[in-house]
Order: sequence, then C-alpha cells, then structure tokens
Amino acid sequence: MKIGRRCFLSLGIGALTGITVSPLPWKLMDDISIWTQNWPWTPVPSKGKVSYVNSTCALCPGRCGITARKIDNNLVKIEGMKKHPVNDGGICLLGLAGSQLLYSPLRVKSPLKRAGEKGKGKWQKISWDDAIAEVTKRLGELRSKGESHTVASISGSELGSLPELLKRLLTAYGSPNFMCMSSIWDNYELTINLMSGVKGLAGFDFESSDYVLSFGSGIVDGWGSSVHMFQANSKWRKKNVKVVQIEPRLSNTAAKSSEWIPVKPGTEGILALGIAYIIIWKSIYNKDFIDNYSVGFNNWKNFVLAEFNPDNVSKLTGVDKAVIDRLANEFANAKRPVAICGRGQGNRAGSLNDFMAVYALNGLVGNINQKGGVWIVPKPSYINWPEVKQDNLAAKGTGKERIDGAGSGKYAMTNHLLSRVPEIINSDKKYPIKALFVLNANPYYTMPNSDAAKKAFDKIPFVVSFSSYMDETSENADLILPNHNYLERYEDILATSGLKNSVIGLSRPVVDPQFDTMHTGDVIIRIAKEMGNSIADSFPWDSYASCLEETFGDKWENLNKNGYLIDEYEKNPQGKFTFSNEDIAALPSLAMIEPEGDDKTYPLILIPYDSMRLANGSIGNPPFATKTVEDTVLKEKDIFIEINPKTAKSFGLTEGKSANLSTPKGSVKVKIHLFDGIMPGLLAMPRGLGHFNNDRYLTGKGVNFNQLIGPVEDPASGHDAAWGIRARLAKV
Amino acid sequence: MAALDDKAQDVSSEGDSKMVEMTSPEIDEKGKDEKAGGFIIVAFIVGLIVSLIIGWILFPKLLYSKKKQPIDFNHQVHTDSVEDGCESCHYFRDDGSFSGIPKLELCIECHEEVQGEDPEEQIFVEKYVSKGKEVPWLIYSKQPPCVYFSHAPHVKLAKMDCITCHGHIGESTHSRIYEKNRITGYSRDIWGKNIAGFKKHSWDRMKMDDCSECHVKNNVNQGSVQTQKGGCFVCHH
Repeated sequence: MKIGRRCFLSLGIGALTGITVSPLPWKLMDDISIWTQNWPWTPVPSKGKVSYVNSTCALCPGRCGITARKIDNNLVKIEGMKKHPVNDGGICLLGLAGSQLLYSPLRVKSPLKRAGEKGKGKWQKISWDDAIAEVTKRLGELRSKGESHTVASISGSELGSLPELLKRLLTAYGSPNFMCMSSIWDNYELTINLMSGVKGLAGFDFESSDYVLSFGSGIVDGWGSSVHMFQANSKWRKKNVKVVQIEPRLSNTAAKSSEWIPVKPGTEGILALGIAYIIIWKSIYNKDFIDNYSVGFNNWKNFVLAEFNPDNVSKLTGVDKAVIDRLANEFANAKRPVAICGRGQGNRAGSLNDFMAVYALNGLVGNINQKGGVWIVPKPSYINWPEVKQDNLAAKGTGKERIDGAGSGKYAMTNHLLSRVPEIINSDKKYPIKALFVLNANPYYTMPNSDAAKKAFDKIPFVVSFSSYMDETSENADLILPNHNYLERYEDILATSGLKNSVIGLSRPVVDPQFDTMHTGDVIIRIAKEMGNSIADSFPWDSYASCLEETFGDKWENLNKNGYLIDEYEKNPQGKFTFSNEDIAALPSLAMIEPEGDDKTYPLILIPYDSMRLANGSIGNPPFATKTVEDTVLKEKDIFIEINPKTAKSFGLTEGKSANLSTPKGSVKVKIHLFDGIMPGLLAMPRGLGHFNNDRYLTGKGVNFNQLIGPVEDPASGHDAAWGIRARLAKV
Repeated sequence: MAALDDKAQDVSSEGDSKMVEMTSPEIDEKGKDEKAGGFIIVAFIVGLIVSLIIGWILFPKLLYSKKKQPIDFNHQVHTDSVEDGCESCHYFRDDGSFSGIPKLELCIECHEEVQGEDPEEQIFVEKYVSKGKEVPWLIYSKQPPCVYFSHAPHVKLAKMDCITCHGHIGESTHSRIYEKNRITGYSRDIWGKNIAGFKKHSWDRMKMDDCSECHVKNNVNQGSVQTQKGGCFVCHH
C-alpha cells in the first residue's frame, strides 16, 4: 500500500474539516486574545479594601496636606487633602509622584556600613545594634579627646521635633555645629529682625492683596508653599488683581502674570529702590504709617533720593524710566499692594540688600501686618522640652565658634551659613570636621560648587546619612542609617514658607515600613541613651513616638485626628518700622552682588531657573515628574540651555546644536534651545538635573547647575547671594 | 467503462493471450483507482476523526491544568452556621465595593483555634492562621483586569441572587478542582465546562456574551453615563 499525494491531501482536508468543526481554533483565538491583554508588564490596578490616610507631604517646604489612597496595605495614589489650610485639595506633581519614592528602587533597605573606598558603592549590611554602636563608639572617642566640637550636622530644616532632637543631641554632646540649608526665608527673618525689630517669620495675606509686585519670585514655579501659591494666583486672576513679574527670563510665572518686566539679573533690589525713589519723590507713600510707626525715614529718604534717581536705575536695571514711574504709581496707589522677592523657588538665600529694599517698599505703603500685606508671624513654639543637661565637656564644646561662622563676629545675626563650610574645610581655615550627620538633606548634590563640597565632605572621616534613599550623600557616606520614608513615619513638619498662619502638619504612616529602616528620632534617642551620663539624661523619652506625643500634650489628640494644627498665637509681633539706623550694617547701595568671573573670558551670564516639573532639592525627581519635562529642556541625556536667538547667532549657534558651556567652576556639554523670552547675553539652565546617584530614570540625565556655580558671600549676612555666574559658550 | 469493454472485445478477437496481455494492465489500473479512491476517503475520515479527537477531547485536556485548592473548603458547613448567608463572609464594604473571598482576618474571628475535627481545618489553622499567612485561594470567577465588573449594581440594585452567576457553590461540601487555562491563566469556569461553549444554566459560562445576553433580556441600559450610547468603555478599562 502506497499513500499517494492525493491521500495525503485528503488526510489534510479531513483534518482541517475536523479541526474547523471542533472548538479548537475558536477557543484558541479567544484565549490568545485574552493572553495578549494580560502580559505581565501591563500595569493592573490592584483590587482590595480601599482606605484613606490623611498625612502631610514632606517633599518640599510647602508642607501640603495629603490624602493617601490605599488598596489593602498598598499605597496607590496621593491626593491633596480637602479643606487643608495650606493646599485645600490641591497637589503638585512631586507630591503626586510620592508613591514612586516609597516604592523606589533607590530605597536603602537596611543599615549599611561602607565596605570599600568612599563613594564606590560597596556596602556591608549591618544590624541596627551594630550601627548604633558604631556611632556611639566614634562619638565617644572624639569626645574623650576633647574634640566634640568637630562633630557637625546638616539638616534640611530647623523646625520640628526631629531637627530639634538632632540639635539637642549635638548640644548635649558638646558641639555648636548644627547647620541647616538656608533659603530666602532666612533672609526674610533677618530683614524682619533688622527692620521691624522683632523676631518672626514672613507671611503674606495674598488672598486680600490687590496688587502684586514680584521681584523674580516664581509664584507658579514653586515659590513659597507652591500649591498655596497656585491657588492664590488663581484667585488673583478671578479678581483681576494685577501681578507684575520682574525677572530677566520669561518664566512660567512671568508668562502667567499681568505684566512681565525684563530686568538685568542681580539688579532687582536696585529697581525696588528706584521705585521707592518715585514714591518718595511724589510723596505718595503712606504718611500715617511713616509718621507714626516708623523710624529713620528721613535718613533713608535722603539716601534713596541721592542715589536711586530714575536715570541711574534705568541704566543699571535696563528698565525704562517711564515703566519705573508707572510701577511706582500703581504700587503706591493700590489699596492693598504687596511686594515680594526671593528668586525662583527661593532655595538660595540671596542678597540681604534685595530683601531690605523690597521690605522697605512694603513699609512705604504701610502694609505690615495689614490686610493684603506682609505679616510677621511668630515662630511656632510648641516644643518646650526640659533644658538640655550639659556636662563640662559639652559646655566646653558648644562654647567653641561654629565652623560656618554664623552667630558670631560679622555674621552675628545669621543662624546658619552652610554655604561657607566647604571652602572653610578645604582651606583648613578652622578646625577639621571629624564626623557629620546628614538629615533630610542631600548636600553632595544641592550645595553650590558641588565639586568643592564633595571634596570637603570627603575629608570628613565619618559621614552618617539618615536618608531613606541611596542618594549622592548616602553614596559617599561611611554609614547609612536609613530613616523610614515620609509615608511610613510619624513626624511633625511645619508649613511656614510665606503663610499668614503657620501650620503644624503631621506626617503619619500611610503604610508599614517596607524595609528594615528605623525612625531617625528613635535612632537619635538610642544614641543618646547609649552615650550615657548627661547626654542620656537630656533625652527623657523612651521612643520618638512618646517624645512626639508628650511634646504636643493635650493638642496631640486633635493633631492626630485632623492631621494638622494651625499654630495659634495671641498677636502678630510688630515693632517700629526701621528704614535706617546705625545698627543696620546692610545699608542699601548701588553696588549689586557681582557674578563670579571676568567678563573678558566669560562674556555671557548663566542663570538658573526652577520648574515645578523638576524637583531640585534633596529629593531627586521621581519618574512620573521627569516624564513631563519637555524635549526643549531634556532630551534623552542632553540638557538644553536657553539662549536668546540674537546671542546665539553671534556665536553661530542654532537650535539643537551642541556647545561647550564653561564657567569659572566647571565645563559641561549642553545643547542649545533658542528662546525669545530670555534677555540677550544670558543663558538659563534648569535646576534639578545631573544627578550622579539616583535611580536609572534620573542618573546621568543633564547637568547639575550647582556644579557650575559657586557661592558668593553676601557682605551683610554671609549667606550665599549668588544669582548667576559668568559663562562662555563654544561650538563643538 | 462501456468504451473500455468495447475495446476489450475488439482486442479479444485477435487472440486470447494477447487479450490477457492487453487487459491485465487495464484491470490493474481500474482496481488501483478504486483502491486509491478508497484510501482517499479513508484518509479523509482518518484525518477528520483524528482532528475531531484532538479538537474535542485532547485539546481541552491539554488546555487546562488541574489544580487543587490549598484547603478543601466546605461551604455547606459554613452557610449552615452563619446568619446572613453568603453575605456573612462575602460582604460589601462600607464604600460599596465587594470584599470577594474573605481575608484571613475574617476567618480568624472563628478559627483562631481548631474548632472541629476536619483535618482540613487543622491544616488551615496550622499553615495559615498561626503564621498569619493569607490563603492563596484560586478564584473560579476571576475576570481579566480589563473587565469592569461591580457587584453592587447587580446584587443591591437589581437584587440578583448569587446563584444566577455563581451557581450552587454555597451548597458544596468540597472544593472543586480548579482548571486553569494554560494560555490565559483564568479558570475554566469563565468559558464554561463545555468546550463548545454550550450552557444549560445561567452560571455555566461568564463570557462577554453571557453578560450581554442577560443585559439585553432585562433591557439594561448599556450606554455610557455621558453619551447614553453603548461603547466598549462602559464595561472595559
């Protein structure tokens, strides 16, 4: 028997017929289509019990109330907390993306001890007992050698119980070197202290303002409490409030304002005094306020009239005389005007002169502690712990001069001057720092002249990072004691940035700790207990939780229930408004803070800009946020700098071309983005990129602006007053 | 054939031997043709039968893997001892969402310690309750994530009985074998036990057509809230 071709065909046809009338092809088709919809990488919303936890966002100084949506024990979404005094249901991009930080691959999963060379990423997992023993051993050695003052700490903020505990540890141990990152709010505080003669924070009654004069403040770019500012800005739009934005670049804020006044960078304070000149000259200031509630007006008036005439000011600032005149009239004649300053998001302190000039403008219209004006808000004072117990060693240590020079000598009024520290360490000007604790900060990335900062911190033999993430600072530390993420821990965090009422927010655990982390509050208490003697005696609490509850006393229940407390006080402090007196060393002058570098080698000026889409502080931008960054800012790994088409033409550069950008601090490769909204002669670069140690979604993308600029010491306050740096562009 | 016979007769007059010589290949050819035709039919039938066996019997056997539930659960014992019927354990949460298979937390309310003599209960307490580990139940009725289904409008608004979709599972004394589709990962219950897709009861199948059938029969508005028009996104994400 031979099976021929026809048989074979027939067999096939039979098989086909059979298969067709069987469910196989139809069922298979259906199954395959379902299979294609369920590939394992397709994100699937989890099912389970839905619950909500009210907490407070700790990702920026804005401190918004958040409502975290959970499915079973997983966080799936963060929303703004409705009716919260800071953000009333609103949330920003970074806050929204917070879940990606909780579940980030960058989380440090247990205490780690450096195993290889510094910064090489070799770690040894250790237990919490060993980690704390390591710290106490080091601290004990230094203390016994009488070197307790060589221990320093850097904290992202000085407000709240956690920074206070760290400060307390240093005080009880014997070091004066508790340092914080400074911002425009330090300058506001100094200005209020100098010119209103009282201690307090700057708050603004923006809701009632009817004219807003902003000297470069990024109202919708993250200045102050960002969501609060968005909402204020929306209200101004509805009420037709005029917002004048004065800055050299068409930022989002400038684009959304009623009027944008381009001004030569660094001359904002001069323009403020030019406006003051017109107000004084035309006698349109608030006479009642000046006569009854101020001192030193005549001296100051003479000084302003002598120096800040419209010709001078117009020449220096590049703003037309007629415009200065019009702004002065509009500002002085508005019912409830307010003037604000602090560039961009306000993460750099800036020049005290600028703040005093702008505060004086507010003084001229008498809007201090008035509806729609500037409010002096007392610092929240709910922390009333028993006095720190110091033994002789501690008293001797804290008696030493601070490494940053703040609080003594020519900077007696300033609290923190961290920006001076790298230079002091690198030049061996004072004593060496032998141990450093870093809390809620990432100085290796955020410090100006980051290369010099790294060099300085690398000289410190024992750097301890409390960060929850393997960020630049953790990467270069000697010991990482990972804190719970902000969505896993209790902490009181304060919203003070420009708010009329300070709000004490409570961060609450939304989910259980995901890894073997420990609350830094508990770590500090345990270190103190194990150090023994007066240090242990200064910490009468069993745990951070009990410390926190005790701190709030009868207010705790309310705070825990609502997630926030509005700081209550009897009245807003106010002294006589001091336009000038002998104590004020920082008299305004025409001398502006000059950018570093000579104009022959560096004919251009590079300025930074802040964006809501790029977190530029200690927290690296989460992937959700980075996805929103435009192609004209970051494309793959290349950063774009903005340049006016006229300037670009003179360098023979066109859109998208590569160029070498050099400043006195460093040289990087960038791409060109032509932008009509930037003044000729300037270059602008976004802050927040160029992380060298973050997750794979951010590392190596773009350039860190801080690498290209150095701090410029403000002669009056010592803070970093740099607003830009001279630069050079060369075609590649 | 007639023509061939004529030809044969013509040739036969010339001589027998020749005739034999001449005719034998003719006869061979004819037989071969008949035989081949037979083979072709046989081949067709073989192909048909084999493929029918493959399609109807082997394929369903290969398509599904058989899995046992981690614990052999007795619904009847439970329904007899609770007050609210199915909703005692399969309840609606305060926000209206459906709890589905209860979490360990609920089981522990009664089973913190072994209650009866059933060895399955002992395993349950030892393996899961004492370790605080959730039972990895295999869910017969699990739909793909792209299907949006809410129990509330069906049970609360339309007052449907659990049995309509889930059958008499509440009366079962043992957990059935879970047949997992090797391609999709879902239970055989969705397509239905019958591989051809025929059903006798409303709970036999839970494919889209089955949702649709009931919706059409009951004149359910299947339009979207916004447009009142029917559309994929009314039920699919």
